[in-house]
Amino acid sequence: MKIQTVDRELSIKTEKLSKRFGQFTAVNEITFDVHKGEIFGFLGANGAGKTTAMRMLCGLSTPTSGKAQIAGFDVYKHTEDIKRNIGYMSQKFSLYEDLTVLENIRFFGGIYGLSNQQLKTKSEQLITQLGIQQEAKKLVSSLPLGWKQKLSFSVAVLHEPEIVFLDEPTGGVDPVTRRQFWNLIYEASDRGITIFVTTHYMDEAEYCNRISIMVDGKIEALDTPANLKQRFNASSMDDVFYQLARGAQRTEG
Amino acid sequence: MDAVIVDSITKTYGKEKTHAVNGVSFSVKKGELFGLIGPDGAGKTSIFRVLTTLLLPDSGRASVDGFDIVKDFRKIRDRVGYMPGKFSLYQDLTVEENLSFFATVFGTTIKENYNLIKDIYIQIEPFKDRRAGKLSGGMKQKLALCCALIHKPSVLFLDEPTTGVDPVSRKEFWEMLRRLREQEITIIVSTPYMDEATRCDRIALIQNGNFLSADTPESIIHSYPDMLYAVKAENIYTLIQSLKNFENALSCHAFGEYVHLSVKPALLKGTTTPAEDHKNTEDIKNYLSMAGFKDIVVKKTEPTIEDCFIKLLS
Repeated sequence: MKIQTVDRELSIKTEKLSKRFGQFTAVNEITFDVHKGEIFGFLGANGAGKTTAMRMLCGLSTPTSGKAQIAGFDVYKHTEDIKRNIGYMSQKFSLYEDLTVLENIRFFGGIYGLSNQQLKTKSEQLITQLGIQQEAKKLVSSLPLGWKQKLSFSVAVLHEPEIVFLDEPTGGVDPVTRRQFWNLIYEASDRGITIFVTTHYMDEAEYCNRISIMVDGKIEALDTPANLKQRFNASSMDDVFYQLARGAQRTEG
Repeated sequence: MDAVIVDSITKTYGKEKTHAVNGVSFSVKKGELFGLIGPDGAGKTSIFRVLTTLLLPDSGRASVDGFDIVKDFRKIRDRVGYMPGKFSLYQDLTVEENLSFFATVFGTTIKENYNLIKDIYIQIEPFKDRRAGKLSGGMKQKLALCCALIHKPSVLFLDEPTTGVDPVSRKEFWEMLRRLREQEITIIVSTPYMDEATRCDRIALIQNGNFLSADTPESIIHSYPDMLYAVKAENIYTLIQSLKNFENALSCHAFGEYVHLSVKPALLKGTTTPAEDHKNTEDIKNYLSMAGFKDIVVKKTEPTIEDCFIKLLS
Protein backbone atom coordinates (compact mmCIF):
# COMPACT_ATOMS: atom_id res chain seq x y z
CA MET A 1 0.00 0.00 0.00
CA LYS A 2 1.58 3.25 -1.12
CA ILE A 3 0.90 6.51 0.56
CA GLN A 4 -0.39 8.70 -2.24
CA THR A 5 0.22 12.06 -0.62
CA VAL A 6 4.01 11.74 -0.80
CA ASP A 7 5.98 13.29 -3.60
CA ARG A 8 6.87 10.20 -5.62
CA GLU A 9 9.77 11.91 -7.32
CA LEU A 10 11.54 11.36 -4.01
CA SER A 11 12.95 7.98 -3.06
CA ILE A 12 13.97 9.07 0.42
CA LYS A 13 12.45 11.85 2.48
CA THR A 14 13.42 12.39 6.12
CA GLU A 15 12.47 15.06 8.60
CA LYS A 16 14.30 15.50 11.90
CA LEU A 17 15.01 11.77 11.99
CA SER A 18 16.73 10.83 15.26
CA LYS A 19 17.97 7.77 17.09
CA ARG A 20 19.00 7.76 20.72
CA PHE A 21 20.55 4.92 22.70
CA GLY A 22 19.98 5.88 26.35
CA GLN A 23 21.73 9.23 26.84
CA PHE A 24 23.57 8.97 23.55
CA THR A 25 22.15 10.60 20.42
CA ALA A 26 23.60 8.59 17.56
CA VAL A 27 21.59 10.39 14.86
CA ASN A 28 20.48 13.93 15.63
CA GLU A 29 17.54 15.35 13.64
CA ILE A 30 18.68 14.66 10.10
CA THR A 31 16.50 16.14 7.35
CA PHE A 32 17.16 15.42 3.68
CA ASP A 33 15.62 14.22 0.40
CA VAL A 34 17.00 11.89 -2.23
CA HIS A 35 15.53 12.07 -5.74
CA LYS A 36 14.57 9.09 -7.82
CA GLY A 37 17.54 7.83 -9.86
CA GLU A 38 19.97 10.06 -7.99
CA ILE A 39 23.43 8.87 -6.91
CA PHE A 40 23.60 10.09 -3.33
CA GLY A 41 26.86 9.85 -1.36
CA PHE A 42 26.45 9.52 2.39
CA LEU A 43 29.77 10.48 3.95
CA GLY A 44 31.01 11.00 7.47
CA ALA A 45 33.83 10.23 9.88
CA ASN A 46 33.92 6.90 11.73
CA GLY A 47 31.33 7.08 14.48
CA ALA A 48 29.40 10.00 12.95
CA GLY A 49 26.20 7.93 12.89
CA LYS A 50 26.12 6.74 9.25
CA THR A 51 25.45 3.09 10.00
CA THR A 52 22.70 3.87 12.51
CA ALA A 53 21.04 6.24 10.01
CA MET A 54 21.31 3.69 7.25
CA ARG A 55 19.76 0.97 9.43
CA MET A 56 16.75 3.22 10.05
CA LEU A 57 16.39 3.97 6.34
CA CYS A 58 16.42 0.24 5.57
CA GLY A 59 13.65 -0.46 8.07
CA LEU A 60 15.99 -2.43 10.36
CA SER A 61 15.94 -0.04 13.31
CA THR A 62 13.00 2.02 14.63
CA PRO A 63 13.75 5.75 14.93
CA THR A 64 13.36 7.45 18.32
CA SER A 65 11.72 10.47 16.72
CA GLY A 66 11.25 12.27 13.41
CA LYS A 67 9.74 11.14 10.13
CA ALA A 68 10.99 9.24 7.09
CA GLN A 69 9.50 7.81 3.91
CA ILE A 70 11.53 5.26 1.96
CA ALA A 71 10.22 4.42 -1.54
CA GLY A 72 6.97 5.94 -0.31
CA PHE A 73 6.75 3.76 2.80
CA ASP A 74 6.80 4.89 6.39
CA VAL A 75 9.82 3.79 8.48
CA TYR A 76 7.67 3.13 11.57
CA LYS A 77 4.69 1.33 10.05
CA HIS A 78 5.76 -0.31 6.80
CA THR A 79 9.22 -1.74 7.38
CA GLU A 80 8.42 -4.97 5.49
CA ASP A 81 7.36 -2.99 2.40
CA ILE A 82 10.59 -1.01 2.66
CA LYS A 83 12.67 -4.20 2.73
CA ARG A 84 10.87 -5.52 -0.36
CA ASN A 85 11.56 -2.31 -2.30
CA ILE A 86 15.22 -1.78 -1.51
CA GLY A 87 18.45 -3.61 -2.23
CA TYR A 88 21.35 -3.71 0.22
CA MET A 89 25.02 -4.50 -0.18
CA SER A 90 27.09 -4.64 2.98
CA GLN A 91 30.80 -3.87 3.23
CA LYS A 92 31.30 -7.44 4.34
CA PHE A 93 30.87 -9.92 1.47
CA SER A 94 27.56 -11.63 2.12
CA LEU A 95 26.78 -13.97 -0.73
CA TYR A 96 27.07 -17.69 0.02
CA GLU A 97 30.65 -18.75 -0.67
CA ASP A 98 29.71 -22.44 -0.89
CA LEU A 99 26.97 -21.91 -3.47
CA THR A 100 27.74 -21.35 -7.15
CA VAL A 101 27.16 -18.02 -8.87
CA LEU A 102 23.89 -19.30 -10.38
CA GLU A 103 22.71 -20.81 -7.09
CA ASN A 104 23.29 -17.48 -5.31
CA ILE A 105 21.30 -15.64 -7.97
CA ARG A 106 18.42 -18.14 -7.69
CA PHE A 107 18.53 -18.02 -3.89
CA PHE A 108 18.43 -14.24 -3.52
CA GLY A 109 16.05 -13.79 -6.46
CA GLY A 110 13.76 -16.39 -4.89
CA ILE A 111 13.76 -14.56 -1.57
CA TYR A 112 12.65 -11.39 -3.33
CA GLY A 113 9.84 -13.35 -4.98
CA LEU A 114 11.04 -13.49 -8.58
CA SER A 115 9.24 -16.13 -10.70
CA ASN A 116 11.13 -19.00 -12.29
CA GLN A 117 10.83 -17.33 -15.67
CA GLN A 118 12.16 -14.03 -14.26
CA LEU A 119 14.99 -15.85 -12.51
CA LYS A 120 16.01 -17.50 -15.76
CA THR A 121 16.05 -14.28 -17.79
CA LYS A 122 17.67 -12.26 -15.01
CA SER A 123 20.42 -14.84 -14.44
CA GLU A 124 21.33 -14.85 -18.12
CA GLN A 125 21.30 -11.06 -18.31
CA LEU A 126 23.48 -10.69 -15.23
CA ILE A 127 26.01 -13.29 -16.28
CA THR A 128 26.35 -11.76 -19.72
CA GLN A 129 26.62 -8.23 -18.33
CA LEU A 130 29.43 -9.24 -15.94
CA GLY A 131 31.03 -11.48 -18.57
CA ILE A 132 31.26 -14.45 -16.20
CA GLN A 133 29.78 -17.19 -18.44
CA GLN A 134 32.75 -19.47 -17.64
CA GLU A 135 32.27 -19.02 -13.90
CA ALA A 136 28.47 -19.36 -13.66
CA LYS A 137 28.66 -22.88 -12.24
CA LYS A 138 31.69 -22.31 -10.05
CA LEU A 139 31.57 -21.77 -6.30
CA VAL A 140 31.52 -18.11 -5.38
CA SER A 141 34.48 -18.70 -3.03
CA SER A 142 36.69 -19.33 -6.07
CA LEU A 143 36.07 -15.90 -7.62
CA PRO A 144 38.55 -13.02 -7.28
CA LEU A 145 37.48 -10.28 -4.84
CA GLY A 146 36.67 -7.73 -7.53
CA TRP A 147 34.26 -10.12 -9.25
CA LYS A 148 32.61 -10.95 -5.95
CA GLN A 149 31.91 -7.27 -5.31
CA LYS A 150 30.44 -6.78 -8.77
CA LEU A 151 28.34 -9.92 -8.33
CA SER A 152 27.12 -8.72 -4.91
CA PHE A 153 25.98 -5.46 -6.44
CA SER A 154 24.20 -7.18 -9.31
CA VAL A 155 22.43 -9.50 -6.86
CA ALA A 156 21.40 -6.51 -4.71
CA VAL A 157 19.60 -4.94 -7.70
CA LEU A 158 18.30 -8.24 -9.15
CA HIS A 159 14.71 -7.47 -8.12
CA GLU A 160 14.93 -3.95 -9.61
CA PRO A 161 14.47 -2.21 -6.26
CA GLU A 162 13.62 1.47 -6.13
CA ILE A 163 16.70 2.18 -4.00
CA VAL A 164 19.93 0.30 -3.41
CA PHE A 165 21.97 0.95 -0.26
CA LEU A 166 25.71 0.35 -0.67
CA ASP A 167 27.84 0.35 2.47
CA GLU A 168 31.48 0.93 1.48
CA PRO A 169 31.15 -1.30 -1.56
CA THR A 170 34.67 -0.71 -2.91
CA GLY A 171 36.84 -1.03 0.23
CA GLY A 172 40.09 -2.84 -0.61
CA VAL A 173 39.18 -3.33 -4.28
CA ASP A 174 41.85 -2.71 -6.95
CA PRO A 175 41.68 0.59 -8.87
CA VAL A 176 40.51 -0.90 -12.16
CA THR A 177 37.73 -2.97 -10.58
CA ARG A 178 36.71 0.02 -8.46
CA ARG A 179 36.02 1.94 -11.66
CA GLN A 180 34.20 -0.98 -13.27
CA PHE A 181 32.08 -1.09 -10.14
CA TRP A 182 31.17 2.57 -10.59
CA ASN A 183 30.12 1.82 -14.18
CA LEU A 184 27.61 -0.66 -12.77
CA ILE A 185 26.37 2.07 -10.43
CA TYR A 186 25.94 4.54 -13.34
CA GLU A 187 24.07 1.92 -15.38
CA ALA A 188 21.70 1.16 -12.49
CA SER A 189 21.08 4.85 -11.92
CA ASP A 190 20.37 5.28 -15.66
CA ARG A 191 17.65 2.62 -15.28
CA GLY A 192 16.09 4.79 -12.56
CA ILE A 193 17.41 2.96 -9.49
CA THR A 194 18.30 5.37 -6.69
CA ILE A 195 21.82 4.82 -5.33
CA PHE A 196 22.61 5.54 -1.68
CA VAL A 197 26.32 4.92 -1.13
CA THR A 198 28.89 5.33 1.64
CA THR A 199 32.62 5.43 0.89
CA HIS A 200 35.95 6.45 2.36
CA TYR A 201 37.39 7.15 -1.11
CA MET A 202 37.03 10.87 -1.69
CA ASP A 203 37.44 10.55 -5.46
CA GLU A 204 34.26 8.46 -5.40
CA ALA A 205 32.43 11.27 -3.64
CA GLU A 206 32.97 13.23 -6.87
CA TYR A 207 31.01 10.62 -8.85
CA CYS A 208 27.86 11.27 -6.82
CA ASN A 209 25.18 13.74 -7.93
CA ARG A 210 24.95 15.08 -4.39
CA ILE A 211 26.62 14.17 -1.14
CA SER A 212 25.96 14.73 2.53
CA ILE A 213 28.64 14.84 5.22
CA MET A 214 27.71 13.72 8.72
CA VAL A 215 29.58 14.95 11.79
CA ASP A 216 28.65 13.91 15.33
CA GLY A 217 25.16 12.69 14.39
CA LYS A 218 24.19 15.72 12.30
CA ILE A 219 24.28 16.40 8.57
CA GLU A 220 26.68 19.34 8.41
CA ALA A 221 26.70 19.80 4.65
CA LEU A 222 24.62 18.60 1.72
CA ASP A 223 25.10 19.67 -1.88
CA THR A 224 26.69 18.77 -5.21
CA PRO A 225 30.45 18.13 -5.00
CA ALA A 226 31.12 21.25 -7.09
CA ASN A 227 29.04 23.51 -4.84
CA LEU A 228 30.62 22.09 -1.69
CA LYS A 229 34.12 22.71 -2.99
CA GLN A 230 33.17 26.26 -3.87
CA ARG A 231 31.53 26.90 -0.50
CA PHE A 232 34.50 25.60 1.48
CA ASN A 233 36.97 27.16 -0.93
CA ALA A 234 38.56 23.73 -1.32
CA SER A 235 40.42 22.20 -4.26
CA SER A 236 39.22 18.65 -3.57
CA MET A 237 36.49 16.76 -1.73
CA ASP A 238 39.22 15.45 0.54
CA ASP A 239 39.79 19.01 1.68
CA VAL A 240 36.04 19.66 2.20
CA PHE A 241 35.77 16.51 4.27
CA TYR A 242 38.82 17.44 6.29
CA GLN A 243 37.50 20.91 7.08
CA LEU A 244 34.17 19.52 8.28
CA ALA A 245 35.24 16.38 10.11
CA ARG A 246 38.34 17.82 11.75
CA GLY A 247 36.24 19.34 14.52
CA ALA A 248 34.37 16.09 15.25
CA GLN A 249 34.03 15.24 18.92
CA ARG A 250 33.12 11.61 18.33
CA THR A 251 35.64 9.34 16.68
CA GLU A 252 34.03 6.11 17.76
CA GLY A 253 33.42 3.35 15.23
CA MET B 1 73.01 -4.29 6.64
CA ASP B 2 69.42 -3.89 5.46
CA ALA B 3 66.75 -4.35 8.14
CA VAL B 4 64.70 -6.68 5.96
CA ILE B 5 65.95 -8.78 3.04
CA VAL B 6 63.51 -10.89 1.06
CA ASP B 7 64.81 -13.21 -1.65
CA SER B 8 62.38 -14.98 -4.03
CA ILE B 9 59.73 -15.81 -1.45
CA THR B 10 56.89 -17.98 -2.69
CA LYS B 11 53.82 -19.07 -0.76
CA THR B 12 51.00 -21.21 -2.10
CA TYR B 13 47.79 -22.33 -0.44
CA GLY B 14 45.44 -25.27 -0.83
CA LYS B 15 45.28 -28.24 -3.15
CA GLU B 16 45.27 -26.02 -6.23
CA LYS B 17 48.54 -24.44 -5.07
CA THR B 18 47.20 -20.94 -5.63
CA HIS B 19 50.09 -18.48 -5.52
CA ALA B 20 49.54 -15.98 -2.73
CA VAL B 21 53.12 -14.75 -3.05
CA ASN B 22 54.95 -15.45 -6.28
CA GLY B 23 58.76 -15.20 -6.03
CA VAL B 24 58.91 -11.78 -4.43
CA SER B 25 62.24 -10.08 -3.62
CA PHE B 26 62.92 -6.77 -1.93
CA SER B 27 64.90 -5.17 0.84
CA VAL B 28 64.18 -2.44 3.36
CA LYS B 29 66.86 -0.18 4.79
CA LYS B 30 67.18 0.56 8.47
CA GLY B 31 64.85 3.36 9.51
CA GLU B 32 62.96 3.28 6.23
CA LEU B 33 59.17 3.56 5.92
CA PHE B 34 58.30 0.97 3.29
CA GLY B 35 54.78 0.53 1.90
CA LEU B 36 53.18 -2.52 0.34
CA ILE B 37 50.42 -1.04 -1.81
CA GLY B 38 47.78 -3.28 -3.33
CA PRO B 39 44.19 -4.46 -3.20
CA ASP B 40 42.75 -7.23 -1.02
CA GLY B 41 44.09 -10.63 -2.01
CA ALA B 42 47.31 -9.23 -3.49
CA GLY B 43 49.47 -11.17 -1.00
CA LYS B 44 50.31 -8.42 1.49
CA THR B 45 49.24 -10.32 4.61
CA SER B 46 51.07 -13.49 3.53
CA ILE B 47 54.30 -11.49 3.19
CA PHE B 48 53.78 -10.05 6.68
CA ARG B 49 53.11 -13.48 8.17
CA VAL B 50 56.23 -14.94 6.53
CA LEU B 51 58.41 -12.08 7.81
CA THR B 52 57.01 -12.25 11.33
CA THR B 53 57.76 -16.02 11.32
CA LEU B 54 54.10 -17.02 11.60
CA LEU B 55 54.09 -18.75 8.24
CA LEU B 56 56.73 -20.79 6.45
CA PRO B 57 57.33 -19.91 2.80
CA ASP B 58 57.27 -22.73 0.22
CA SER B 59 60.57 -21.48 -1.12
CA GLY B 60 62.90 -18.52 -0.93
CA ARG B 61 64.81 -16.90 1.92
CA ALA B 62 64.34 -13.87 4.08
CA SER B 63 66.01 -12.20 7.02
CA VAL B 64 64.83 -9.60 9.50
CA ASP B 65 67.41 -7.56 11.37
CA GLY B 66 70.05 -10.02 10.17
CA PHE B 67 68.24 -13.10 11.45
CA ASP B 68 66.94 -15.89 9.25
CA ILE B 69 63.14 -16.26 9.34
CA VAL B 70 63.35 -20.04 9.65
CA LYS B 71 66.48 -20.74 11.70
CA ASP B 72 66.34 -17.76 14.05
CA PHE B 73 62.59 -17.35 14.33
CA ARG B 74 62.65 -16.89 18.11
CA LYS B 75 65.13 -14.03 17.89
CA ILE B 76 62.97 -12.34 15.29
CA ARG B 77 59.86 -12.64 17.46
CA ASP B 78 61.69 -10.86 20.27
CA ARG B 79 62.60 -7.88 18.19
CA VAL B 80 59.72 -7.13 15.84
CA GLY B 81 56.39 -5.50 16.46
CA TYR B 82 53.36 -6.72 14.52
CA MET B 83 49.96 -5.14 14.20
CA PRO B 84 47.75 -7.56 12.28
CA GLY B 85 44.88 -6.36 10.09
CA LYS B 86 42.38 -7.95 12.42
CA PHE B 87 42.21 -6.54 15.97
CA SER B 88 43.90 -9.16 18.13
CA LEU B 89 44.40 -7.73 21.60
CA TYR B 90 42.57 -9.17 24.59
CA GLN B 91 39.04 -7.80 24.45
CA ASP B 92 38.35 -8.53 28.12
CA LEU B 93 41.48 -6.87 29.46
CA THR B 94 41.51 -3.11 29.97
CA VAL B 95 43.62 -0.73 27.91
CA GLU B 96 46.28 -0.56 30.60
CA GLU B 97 46.22 -4.32 31.26
CA ASN B 98 46.76 -5.08 27.57
CA LEU B 99 49.70 -2.72 27.40
CA SER B 100 51.31 -4.05 30.56
CA PHE B 101 50.69 -7.65 29.38
CA PHE B 102 52.60 -7.05 26.14
CA ALA B 103 55.37 -5.20 27.98
CA THR B 104 55.76 -8.12 30.43
CA VAL B 105 55.76 -10.79 27.72
CA PHE B 106 58.66 -8.99 26.06
CA GLY B 107 60.49 -8.58 29.38
CA THR B 108 60.12 -4.84 29.69
CA THR B 109 57.89 -2.30 31.44
CA ILE B 110 55.58 0.46 30.25
CA LYS B 111 57.81 2.95 32.05
CA GLU B 112 60.98 1.89 30.27
CA ASN B 113 59.76 2.71 26.76
CA TYR B 114 57.03 5.18 27.58
CA ASN B 115 58.67 7.94 25.52
CA LEU B 116 58.10 5.84 22.39
CA ILE B 117 54.35 5.54 22.81
CA LYS B 118 53.67 8.73 24.75
CA ASP B 119 52.24 10.75 21.81
CA ILE B 120 49.79 8.00 20.95
CA TYR B 121 49.04 6.72 24.43
CA ILE B 122 47.98 10.07 25.90
CA GLN B 123 45.09 10.04 23.43
CA ILE B 124 43.70 6.81 24.91
CA GLU B 125 44.89 7.28 28.48
CA PRO B 126 41.57 8.79 29.66
CA PHE B 127 40.07 5.36 28.87
CA LYS B 128 42.83 3.25 30.42
CA ASP B 129 40.37 1.36 32.65
CA ARG B 130 38.03 0.53 29.79
CA ARG B 131 38.05 -3.00 28.36
CA ALA B 132 39.66 -3.16 24.93
CA GLY B 133 36.53 -4.79 23.49
CA LYS B 134 34.52 -1.67 24.38
CA LEU B 135 36.81 0.76 22.56
CA SER B 136 35.94 2.52 19.30
CA GLY B 137 37.67 1.51 16.06
CA GLY B 138 40.06 4.44 16.16
CA MET B 139 41.02 3.87 19.78
CA LYS B 140 41.53 0.12 19.25
CA GLN B 141 43.91 0.98 16.43
CA LYS B 142 45.91 3.32 18.68
CA LEU B 143 46.07 0.76 21.49
CA ALA B 144 47.20 -1.95 19.06
CA LEU B 145 49.97 0.34 17.83
CA CYS B 146 51.09 1.03 21.43
CA CYS B 147 51.17 -2.71 22.21
CA ALA B 148 53.21 -3.39 19.07
CA LEU B 149 55.69 -0.68 20.08
CA ILE B 150 56.07 -1.15 23.83
CA HIS B 151 59.15 -3.41 23.59
CA LYS B 152 60.92 -0.93 21.27
CA PRO B 153 60.97 -3.21 18.23
CA SER B 154 63.64 -2.70 15.60
CA VAL B 155 61.18 -3.48 12.81
CA LEU B 156 57.48 -2.66 12.98
CA PHE B 157 54.99 -4.50 10.72
CA LEU B 158 51.61 -2.82 10.24
CA ASP B 159 49.07 -4.74 8.17
CA GLU B 160 46.40 -2.41 6.74
CA PRO B 161 46.23 -0.12 9.76
CA THR B 162 44.02 2.40 7.92
CA THR B 163 41.52 0.14 6.17
CA GLY B 164 37.94 1.27 6.77
CA VAL B 165 39.21 4.37 8.58
CA ASP B 166 37.87 7.79 7.54
CA PRO B 167 40.17 10.25 5.72
CA VAL B 168 40.76 12.47 8.76
CA SER B 169 41.84 9.61 11.04
CA ARG B 170 43.94 8.15 8.24
CA LYS B 171 45.85 11.40 7.95
CA GLU B 172 46.46 11.45 11.72
CA PHE B 173 47.68 7.86 11.66
CA TRP B 174 50.26 8.62 8.96
CA GLU B 175 51.47 11.60 10.95
CA MET B 176 52.03 9.25 13.91
CA LEU B 177 54.08 6.96 11.64
CA ARG B 178 56.24 9.84 10.45
CA ARG B 179 57.06 10.68 14.05
CA LEU B 180 57.97 7.04 14.79
CA ARG B 181 60.27 7.03 11.81
CA GLU B 182 62.27 9.76 13.48
CA GLN B 183 62.97 7.24 16.28
CA GLU B 184 64.77 5.11 13.66
CA ILE B 185 62.30 2.26 13.76
CA THR B 186 62.04 0.46 10.42
CA ILE B 187 58.41 0.32 9.40
CA ILE B 188 56.74 -1.90 6.81
CA VAL B 189 53.12 -0.93 6.29
CA SER B 190 50.48 -2.20 3.89
CA THR B 191 47.48 -0.35 2.50
CA PRO B 192 44.88 -0.67 -0.25
CA TYR B 193 44.64 3.15 -0.48
CA MET B 194 46.85 4.32 -3.34
CA ASP B 195 46.83 7.93 -2.11
CA GLU B 196 48.79 6.85 0.97
CA ALA B 197 51.72 5.65 -1.15
CA THR B 198 53.37 9.07 -1.30
CA ARG B 199 53.70 9.07 2.49
CA CYS B 200 56.25 6.23 2.30
CA ASP B 201 59.98 6.47 1.54
CA ARG B 202 59.72 3.57 -0.88
CA ILE B 203 56.81 1.43 -2.01
CA ALA B 204 56.05 -1.83 -3.76
CA LEU B 205 52.93 -2.02 -5.91
CA ILE B 206 51.58 -5.52 -5.55
CA GLN B 207 48.86 -7.53 -7.29
CA ASN B 208 48.14 -11.30 -7.40
CA GLY B 209 51.29 -12.14 -5.44
CA ASN B 210 53.60 -10.25 -7.81
CA PHE B 211 55.44 -6.98 -7.42
CA LEU B 212 54.49 -4.71 -10.32
CA SER B 213 57.10 -2.16 -9.33
CA ALA B 214 59.20 -1.23 -6.29
CA ASP B 215 60.87 2.15 -5.92
CA THR B 216 60.39 5.59 -4.39
CA PRO B 217 56.93 7.02 -5.15
CA GLU B 218 58.63 9.84 -7.11
CA SER B 219 60.56 7.44 -9.36
CA ILE B 220 57.48 5.32 -10.03
CA ILE B 221 55.56 8.44 -11.02
CA HIS B 222 58.50 9.66 -13.10
CA SER B 223 58.66 6.43 -15.08
CA TYR B 224 55.03 6.68 -16.17
CA PRO B 225 55.47 6.37 -19.93
CA ASP B 226 52.46 8.16 -21.43
CA MET B 227 51.15 11.69 -21.65
CA LEU B 228 48.32 12.28 -19.28
CA TYR B 229 45.51 14.82 -19.53
CA ALA B 230 42.80 15.70 -17.05
CA VAL B 231 39.50 16.21 -18.83
CA LYS B 232 36.23 17.52 -17.45
CA ALA B 233 32.79 17.90 -19.01
CA GLU B 234 29.26 17.66 -17.77
CA ASN B 235 28.63 13.90 -17.61
CA ILE B 236 31.58 11.74 -16.48
CA TYR B 237 30.00 8.49 -17.63
CA THR B 238 29.35 9.54 -21.25
CA LEU B 239 32.63 11.46 -21.29
CA ILE B 240 34.56 8.25 -20.57
CA GLN B 241 32.65 6.33 -23.24
CA SER B 242 33.42 9.04 -25.77
CA LEU B 243 37.11 9.55 -24.88
CA LYS B 244 37.81 5.84 -25.35
CA ASN B 245 37.30 6.43 -29.09
CA PHE B 246 39.62 9.43 -29.28
CA GLU B 247 42.47 8.66 -31.67
CA ASN B 248 45.76 8.05 -29.83
CA ALA B 249 43.82 7.32 -26.62
CA LEU B 250 45.50 4.57 -24.62
CA SER B 251 43.25 4.47 -21.60
CA CYS B 252 40.68 6.57 -19.88
CA HIS B 253 39.67 6.39 -16.23
CA ALA B 254 37.63 8.43 -13.82
CA PHE B 255 39.72 10.29 -11.24
CA GLY B 256 37.33 12.19 -9.03
CA GLU B 257 36.13 15.36 -10.68
CA TYR B 258 38.29 14.76 -13.78
CA VAL B 259 38.80 11.93 -16.22
CA HIS B 260 42.43 10.97 -16.83
CA LEU B 261 43.12 10.29 -20.48
CA SER B 262 46.47 8.81 -21.40
CA VAL B 263 47.80 9.44 -24.88
CA LYS B 264 50.64 7.82 -26.81
CA PRO B 265 53.74 10.00 -26.62
CA ALA B 266 54.87 11.23 -30.02
CA LEU B 267 58.54 10.97 -29.10
CA LEU B 268 60.44 9.26 -26.34
CA LYS B 269 58.91 9.35 -22.90
CA GLY B 270 59.35 12.46 -20.86
CA THR B 271 60.15 14.61 -23.84
CA THR B 272 56.85 16.31 -24.55
CA THR B 273 57.23 19.91 -25.50
CA PRO B 274 54.79 22.67 -24.49
CA ALA B 275 53.81 22.92 -28.16
CA GLU B 276 52.99 19.23 -28.30
CA ASP B 277 50.92 19.50 -25.11
CA HIS B 278 49.10 22.47 -26.52
CA LYS B 279 48.28 20.56 -29.69
CA ASN B 280 47.02 17.52 -27.76
CA THR B 281 44.92 19.67 -25.46
CA GLU B 282 43.34 21.42 -28.45
CA ASP B 283 42.77 18.12 -30.27
CA ILE B 284 40.95 16.67 -27.27
CA LYS B 285 38.85 19.82 -26.85
CA ASN B 286 37.88 19.86 -30.53
CA TYR B 287 37.05 16.18 -30.50
CA LEU B 288 34.76 16.62 -27.52
CA SER B 289 32.98 19.70 -28.79
CA MET B 290 32.36 17.91 -32.09
CA ALA B 291 30.80 15.12 -30.03
CA GLY B 292 28.47 17.68 -28.47
CA PHE B 293 30.05 18.08 -25.01
CA LYS B 294 29.76 21.38 -23.18
CA ASP B 295 31.85 23.10 -20.47
CA ILE B 296 34.96 21.22 -21.54
CA VAL B 297 38.16 21.58 -19.53
CA VAL B 298 41.36 19.88 -20.69
CA LYS B 299 44.76 20.24 -19.06
CA LYS B 300 47.98 18.30 -18.82
CA THR B 301 48.35 16.55 -15.49
CA GLU B 302 50.94 14.67 -13.49
CA PRO B 303 50.20 10.97 -12.95
CA THR B 304 49.35 9.76 -9.46
CA ILE B 305 50.40 6.40 -8.02
CA GLU B 306 46.93 5.15 -8.90
CA ASP B 307 47.52 6.04 -12.59
CA CYS B 308 50.79 4.10 -12.41
CA PHE B 309 49.12 1.10 -10.78
CA ILE B 310 46.42 1.00 -13.46
CA LYS B 311 49.07 1.31 -16.18
CA LEU B 312 51.10 -1.54 -14.68
CA LEU B 313 47.99 -3.75 -14.48
CA SER B 314 47.18 -3.29 -18.16
